[in-house]
Amino acid sequence: MRIAVVAGGRTPERDVSLRSGHRVRSALGDAGHEAWLVDPADVSLVEALQERGPEICYLTLHGKEGEDGTVQRLLDLLQIPYTGTAAFDCEVAFDKVLAKDALVRAGVRTPDWVVVEGWALRDLGAGAALERVTDRVSLPCVVKPSRSGSALGVSFVERSTHLAPAVMAALSFAGAAVVEAKVEGSEVAVGVVGTPHEALPLVEIVPKSGVFDYASRYTAGATEYFAPARVTAEVATSCMDQALRASGGLHLLDVARVDTMVDADGTPWVLEVNVSPGMTETSLLPMAAQAAGWQLADLCERVIRSACER
Amino acid sequence: MAEFSIDRFVELYAARAAGMSASEVRALFAVASRPEIVSFAGGMPYVRALPPEDVLSVVADAMDGHGSTMLQYAGGQGHLALRERLIPLMAAEGVEADPDDLVITTGAQQALDLIGKLFIDPGDLIAVEAPAYVGALTAFGAYQPRYLQIDLDADGMIVDQLEEALVRGERPKFVYTVPNFGNPAGVTMSSERRRQLVTLCREAGIPIIEDNPYGLLRFEGEALPCLRSMDPENVIYLGTVSKVFSPGVRVGWALAEQSVVQRLVLAKEAADLCGSSFTMLVTERYFAGDRWRENLSTLVDIYRLRRDAMLESLPDHFPADATWTHPSGGFYVWVSLPGWVDAQAMLAAAVERRVAYVPGTAFYPDGRGRNQMRLAFCHPTEERIREGVGRLGSLLEEEEQLYRSLHP
Repeated sequence: MRIAVVAGGRTPERDVSLRSGHRVRSALGDAGHEAWLVDPADVSLVEALQERGPEICYLTLHGKEGEDGTVQRLLDLLQIPYTGTAAFDCEVAFDKVLAKDALVRAGVRTPDWVVVEGWALRDLGAGAALERVTDRVSLPCVVKPSRSGSALGVSFVERSTHLAPAVMAALSFAGAAVVEAKVEGSEVAVGVVGTPHEALPLVEIVPKSGVFDYASRYTAGATEYFAPARVTAEVATSCMDQALRASGGLHLLDVARVDTMVDADGTPWVLEVNVSPGMTETSLLPMAAQAAGWQLADLCERVIRSACER
Repeated sequence: MAEFSIDRFVELYAARAAGMSASEVRALFAVASRPEIVSFAGGMPYVRALPPEDVLSVVADAMDGHGSTMLQYAGGQGHLALRERLIPLMAAEGVEADPDDLVITTGAQQALDLIGKLFIDPGDLIAVEAPAYVGALTAFGAYQPRYLQIDLDADGMIVDQLEEALVRGERPKFVYTVPNFGNPAGVTMSSERRRQLVTLCREAGIPIIEDNPYGLLRFEGEALPCLRSMDPENVIYLGTVSKVFSPGVRVGWALAEQSVVQRLVLAKEAADLCGSSFTMLVTERYFAGDRWRENLSTLVDIYRLRRDAMLESLPDHFPADATWTHPSGGFYVWVSLPGWVDAQAMLAAAVERRVAYVPGTAFYPDGRGRNQMRLAFCHPTEERIREGVGRLGSLLEEEEQLYRSLHP
């Protein structure tokens, strides 16, 4: 097939996206496809696509614009098929404020949370209600920007005095902050591929610093990974069940990654979903595929096939 | 069950590689290169002011004059013709030198690395300014030193603090300073402090590393004597053509006593055999003529106007309790914001509002500087500088609203 791999863009995750894109492009090439890379920061995406006329776009953009439905809507308009979730569902999945509600509605177990909106702080005096946040979500908690990836702008809060700066830091990345109860346990990522969804072997994440932040994610060697995860068969099944429930409930297509936390009792909690999971050499999804005995090309091939079946 | 090792050599890396990690700030800078963003982040010289025909003519001239030498290896110390040519450049700042006492390096940055290699064993103490040039911290950092941080004020390094540390029994291997229009603080060490530092270090037998990339970019006032000229035996002087010609040629140098020079040459040869003959000899030709003086004076005029634009617009847009330095040369204004500001956390919002800077934390080895930022005025035009300062100002205003709301 003739496949445009769309990667790069102008977000803080640009470098990560390019690394993903290059790997996907070369894997698709190895699999016999005519694949090329398009970086919307370098060229006009519309012109580049119209010029070379791909049969499908493989999307490896990360962050805003790539994961929030913007690119998807544009490709819908151009009537070019693409891999991954449709525009509206991307918008929901990417925005943690919307996604958390959608997860609960789909019967998925997700940690308690409170949303703190930037404009409510500035214009409505919401700061006076900040104490209530820690009443609802006990400490320690995690503060995340509503719309951002790669753990950018995420803070872990142990003491109530650290909540306000953490909220400010999250609001630097997005209009709202999600304050979420911190689940202690082991972090487990579930890759989901194909139509219907199939869960890949679980990947357990053990950051050496104890926190899976930006540096732990993208510095080779800063985190240990175990695939399959070192959990009992029962826990693994329940993790996969929650992940499939999440991806189904949020109408995710072709490929996704569901991040979970397995607590001390072996109960999995879904933290978030990713519609454009990283494909770099330190990314979780390719690791899960490898544990399933797949090459990167097999993984990409399945994603393409799933998208083409629509 | 497989343990996935992303990097199969991870257990093999040296301890010194531990500090080399991915960072959020670097990720954000990937976005800061968008053309619509006013970037106060990088200290990039405004090389566009250099007439291309001047460069073309010196390249042709170099080929004519030096021929195939340009395409060959050089000696580890660098071409004598270039070393000779750099003597008057330093003389312009009162530094006397013999071409034999110079080692050409790949930018002054390589000289920092080689000095780290020569002087620092893991755990050794070295004295740096606080804040200090981030490139020096990363170059030295690979050799795993401990840092003695000496605060700066408007007169540069507070030498009394160094003296107190010495009295306490601290013995740094060397003192590193950028005395003229320093990076990042933009301050210049006063004459009195210079004398005090030179005397103190001489008595204590501690060498001074004087890094002087910006000295010739003086906007006003009289040049102060270089530390090297005050005590040639005890000062290792680093120079570069990056700010007065081009950072693209990667030509810098170290000027030191023969004993140090010989070691630097060996270290240089071990690192990369020699510098680029091509760019060394092009640089030699550039400084052979007189055009460089004219070009430099044009550049200084441009930078002065940009500095003025920044200093004029800061009071209009920044919070009343913010303070900043008033550089009389160089590239940088250093801003200290109210204590509640987290400039690192705010960077994403700034980039979203199409303006970028370097958060202060980058310039301290110990994580200080959260409420500080470095603003480089060297690259954007005056109009863009005003625009950028305005954008930062309104962001700070919104941040203050947020802060007030969160701390009612």
